[in-house]
Amino acid sequence: MWPHLVRRRLPSKAMVYLSPVLALVLSMLAGIILFLIMGVSPLGALHAFFIEPLSSVYGLAELGVKATPLVLIGVALALGFKAGVWNIGAEGQLTMGAICGGVVALYFYDREGFYIIPLMLGAGVFGGVAWAAIVAFLRVRFNANEILTSLMLSYVAGLLLNMLMHGPLKDPDGFNFPESRQFSDSALLPLLQEGTRLHIGAIIALAAVALGWLILSRTLLGYQIKVAGSAPAACEHAGFSHAKIIWTTLLLGGGMAGLAGTIEVAGPIGQLLPNISPGYGFTAIIVAYVGRLHPLGVLFAGLLLALTYLGGETAQIQLNLPVAVTGVFQGLLLFFLLASDVLILYRLQFGMAAPAVETS
Amino acid sequence: MLKKTLFSLVLAAALAVGTTAAAETKAAFVYVGPIGDHGYSYQHDQGRLALEKELGIKTSYVESVPEGADAERVIRQLASSGHNIIFTTSFGFMNPTLKVAKQFKDIKFEHATGYKRADNVSTYSARFYEGRTILGTIAGKMTKSNVVGYIASFPIPEVIRGIDAFTLALRKVNPAATVKVVWVNSWFDPGKEGDAAKALIDQGVDIITQHTDSPAPLQVAESRGVYAFGQASDMKAFAPKAQLTSIIDNWNNYYIDRVKAVMDGTWTSTDTWHGLKQGMVEMAPYGDAVPADVRQLADGVKQAIIDGTLHPFQGPIKNQKGELVVKAGEVISDADLLGLNWYVEGVEGSIPK
Repeated sequence: MWPHLVRRRLPSKAMVYLSPVLALVLSMLAGIILFLIMGVSPLGALHAFFIEPLSSVYGLAELGVKATPLVLIGVALALGFKAGVWNIGAEGQLTMGAICGGVVALYFYDREGFYIIPLMLGAGVFGGVAWAAIVAFLRVRFNANEILTSLMLSYVAGLLLNMLMHGPLKDPDGFNFPESRQFSDSALLPLLQEGTRLHIGAIIALAAVALGWLILSRTLLGYQIKVAGSAPAACEHAGFSHAKIIWTTLLLGGGMAGLAGTIEVAGPIGQLLPNISPGYGFTAIIVAYVGRLHPLGVLFAGLLLALTYLGGETAQIQLNLPVAVTGVFQGLLLFFLLASDVLILYRLQFGMAAPAVETS
Repeated sequence: MLKKTLFSLVLAAALAVGTTAAAETKAAFVYVGPIGDHGYSYQHDQGRLALEKELGIKTSYVESVPEGADAERVIRQLASSGHNIIFTTSFGFMNPTLKVAKQFKDIKFEHATGYKRADNVSTYSARFYEGRTILGTIAGKMTKSNVVGYIASFPIPEVIRGIDAFTLALRKVNPAATVKVVWVNSWFDPGKEGDAAKALIDQGVDIITQHTDSPAPLQVAESRGVYAFGQASDMKAFAPKAQLTSIIDNWNNYYIDRVKAVMDGTWTSTDTWHGLKQGMVEMAPYGDAVPADVRQLADGVKQAIIDGTLHPFQGPIKNQKGELVVKAGEVISDADLLGLNWYVEGVEGSIPK
């Protein structure tokens, strides 16, 4: 008497909104079991994870700081994924952006001026775009799989950063430790709220969400992206250039990732380090999918993921829970979010011998 | 009689006050790796546990904190949640620690392995390289192939200091021996560390030492029948035959002393760099494979370092080109050791740029 999955004739409108709620309820239940096994109060743990980080201005600001790169990159990746362009190497594009923006900051380290930050942001976009352009060129010209090339270029970018940190960009007064000088005040992003770390990058991320939504829903490019993803043959038939879509989505993704990289170094970090990002480029892939490739969804997904990181730290501090439990809980949450989406296209049928697929 | 009762009452009251003050002091620790690494972060956590036991105070910790934008938030969160002293145990936490310390003047901060201090920020580190001198001595005596493998994390002065100290001691007892270095660009990556060990053994290395935190290289050494040295903690459980000895980081006393100082109100900003003499660096018991004469030699080196009659960086020291850099009778100063960025003669390859 196991329930079967039966394909719906039409995607369920109700489930589109109900599935995240279902996922949340399921992960709460799983979390309660997990925390009981660990011997901590489930209520206390859930409070530490979801309420405590949001209960102060500083916590809310940190949520914004943490979500900014995830949302920036997630929105751009969502556009690419919608078009069937699999840019897995946003991490590398972020790194190149951070390097280019950082080099500008270090070049002007002893100068002041309003022009430094725009220059840095521009350089960051350029770095990410240039890195993604290699991927786009290889894909369009040689049909090289962009999953592999973009991923491998991430490692190249990481090693390049390492090399620069141990060599030319090393702080001359830093006892040979691989860190750059700290940026001058003119190279640091303005804060939105004094006493917190919330910087202007958060506004840029919100603008990116709006821009992504505008592109997808209001422009020909958005339409082409959707067609290219769902019906590539129709795309060619309609006279849309597939190459153009690949170039556009990859460069857009690279540019946003590069921008995010510069924003990280000019925002919360304030210098170049050998490891700038704790995997934002990869986490943004999850963010894009949890947000169902919709810009607004990406915004919420980015905030949710950021919250689980903050909550994980609070759970460690308050309850002495090991970091591995945070990882397991995050995994459960993402699993239920993605799994519940099955119910948009499928429904559960209890009973015997149902046909696996209804003919439509 | 009455006097006596009064006295004991006063004493009891004083004791009670003492314990409440103690109970109110909270210490926090920030680790770069998981406490289950059985190496660097594990040893810091052992120090935290010793501190809890000795002083009966509450502690908190956050493990696997990335050395980037996240560190500042974690440190700040600890600072604003009632902790009086915060230990940030990795070099990459330096600037975040200073930024937070600026905003929380009443809280004491202790940063491991860094060089920036403030009125409420101390630094501390251990002279791990003294232990490397002992490892090098043993390796020089026990290598048959005269090639020793060194698995290194990042080309920062601390790691290069270790490589140089090891190589100097190695060639002092065995001038024909050389050192092959593999950089894995990580402090903790069992997969990469194990692969590096395999690659080194395939290149004819018969002893492996490491400046990375997982026991993976020792496990590889054990299975391939070569010798190895443990890192940061006694890793004998992972390689009962292969481990010749291990450098043990012992932070227990330092942590207890510093937290006591906070409780007494005597804490001041200091720079601590302790070694074998003060017990911050210890050596694990020798493995069965180490013969008696080598044990005696190694014990002698250890005692000489403790007595101050032997300095691990005592001249004559030549660089890779064979040029005499430190003359006989001279030693490299602490200030120069802090920024050391060149290999001594006997190390193969070049420092990654």
